[in-house]
Amino acid sequence: MEKTVNQKAWFLVLPVFLVVAFSAIIPLMTVVNYSLQDTFGNNQFFWNGVGWFKELLDPSTDLGGRFFASLWRNLFFSFVILAIEVPLGIVIALSMPRQGWQVAACLVILALPLLIPWNVVGTIWQIFGRPDIGLLGYALNSIGINYNYVSNEFDAWVTVIVMDVWHWTSLVALLCYAGLKSIPDAYYQAAQIDGASRWAVFTAIQLPKMNRVLLIAVLLRFMDSFMIYTEPFVVTGGGPGNSTTFISIELVKIALGQFDLGKAAAMSLVYNLIILIVCWVFYTVMTNAGAGRRVKEGAK
Amino acid sequence: MARIDLVDLAHSYHGNSTDTESYALKPISMTWRQGGAYALLGPSGCGKTTLLNLISGIITPSRGKILFDGKDVTLLSTQKRNIAQVFQFPVIYDTMTVGQNLAFPLKNRGVQRREIDARVSEIAHLLDLTPDLHRKATRLTPDAKQKISLGRGLVRSDVAAVLFDEPLTVIDPELKWQLRSKLKKLHRELDLTMIYVTHDQTEALTFADTVVVMHDGRVVQSGSPAELFEKPAHTFVGYFIGSPGMNIMSAEVRGREARIDGHVISLKRNYDGLPTGAKIEIGVRPEFVDIAPPSPGLLSAQIERIDDLGRMRFARVRVGDVKFAARVRESFSSLDGRCGLIFDAAHVHVYADSRLVEGAP
Repeated sequence: MEKTVNQKAWFLVLPVFLVVAFSAIIPLMTVVNYSLQDTFGNNQFFWNGVGWFKELLDPSTDLGGRFFASLWRNLFFSFVILAIEVPLGIVIALSMPRQGWQVAACLVILALPLLIPWNVVGTIWQIFGRPDIGLLGYALNSIGINYNYVSNEFDAWVTVIVMDVWHWTSLVALLCYAGLKSIPDAYYQAAQIDGASRWAVFTAIQLPKMNRVLLIAVLLRFMDSFMIYTEPFVVTGGGPGNSTTFISIELVKIALGQFDLGKAAAMSLVYNLIILIVCWVFYTVMTNAGAGRRVKEGAK
Repeated sequence: MARIDLVDLAHSYHGNSTDTESYALKPISMTWRQGGAYALLGPSGCGKTTLLNLISGIITPSRGKILFDGKDVTLLSTQKRNIAQVFQFPVIYDTMTVGQNLAFPLKNRGVQRREIDARVSEIAHLLDLTPDLHRKATRLTPDAKQKISLGRGLVRSDVAAVLFDEPLTVIDPELKWQLRSKLKKLHRELDLTMIYVTHDQTEALTFADTVVVMHDGRVVQSGSPAELFEKPAHTFVGYFIGSPGMNIMSAEVRGREARIDGHVISLKRNYDGLPTGAKIEIGVRPEFVDIAPPSPGLLSAQIERIDDLGRMRFARVRVGDVKFAARVRESFSSLDGRCGLIFDAAHVHVYADSRLVEGAP
């Protein structure tokens, strides 16, 4: 059969092309454009080549120093909340009831923090932790613990971490619960017959069966915490000093506070690239695990 | 090694009500002898899995007792009863190798390392799993996984009975045969009591020396495959076992005669004194009814179709409103589909309210 040449088909692709152009390509290219230039306002731009990128990746400069400091801070933050939320989520999922009305009650209670808008979460904790009127801050201070997230770096970190744990552990717990629910009863019965202890049941059955959902939980929580902005910004504004200034907060400071569009554009491109790479690594690991499983199933 | 006694055992999933009719398992008393191969046969929801789980201790009975060698184990946990169970879907521990899977029950019981190794290699040899001992268990085929499940039971030296809950459901048909003969062989070698739950009569009849047929939470008959075939104690057994199942039709029975449609079939035994008011039926297997050209002395029927099962041909016929299956001899042919039925009197049974009536000689 001969191929019909019909250039009208291009019109069918056009809507998609336009949407993608306006939603992704044009804004991204604007940022790329900014990242290669310098401006002193007045809409006058000067070519700067890769100057901003060189500066950004050199920790001895002001820009590079701030970037790396916030990057390490952010990685440390992500590491801490993962180290808390994943085990805690597993424990919560394990201790949830399996049937009856209690299941629905637990699920609703767990889902509540997830439904609260980010800046409301920030506001709740901002007020909750205030030493003068906040329930938490006032209570801690009145039992003799000197707690003040505005002036003390450690207290600020604790507040931001506890807030994130409060906000997001539910997600991990719900994912783990779904993973646990999918384990057939026969596994538990077999383990009982094999005389397995509670711990052996956990390590031999529950943990291996949960590994897929745990991987998803780790991925989601890492990405979210790596891009965190609203909650710490509302609570601490990045302070005291720069102690809770994460990458996105630093970025906004440079772009909107100082109006250094070139620096901010270079930084956001690198930030974006890091997230893409991490995302790709996770995705590859997950699909490989999935493919491995499929090969096994195929062998049956 | 144990004899298992069930004493007035019953179970309800909805608390302990006094109305045993609503129970998933109605009260039964029976004895499973040491070293026997039993099959629990019945359709889905007949209570066979409930009975199995009661014996293994996964559920605790609403009433009654379970004795292992005379010792009451009713309230003992699953771990403390010396039983092994193989489930419908293979249960294996994903992260472990085949060897570690087999060693798991012994490790949990704190057995010495050297003894574990010896037992594991012995059982692996028995189940032909030796070449796979160091492979990850998840990579194996379902039949190998079922063998691992079984092996985890057998590896314990104290195991008294092995329970199977429809273990061949996920296995390919050709491997089913292999695995079933493997089970038979193990049963002979190890002198274990084996209880095998299934809804497949072929599996039950080939595996077991005693088949226990269950229906609606009740044991309706327990006996050898031949007994179930020749003398079903309940119309359900007649209908459920055999392919095609037993012919059952209501009849008037008096003395040595059964009357259907005004036609008289003679019986081998005397059935005077049948309970009055009971629903009286006669049952006869298709194998014991022959089709002949219509003649005045025979019950006449209309042939609907003839099924060729290879070794035998069965005709589906109609007597009045009642459907019937009967054997077709090589020589038989019919032009208009009319035929007569010849009954083998020795194999015509009488049922009152679905239960077999013995009759007097």
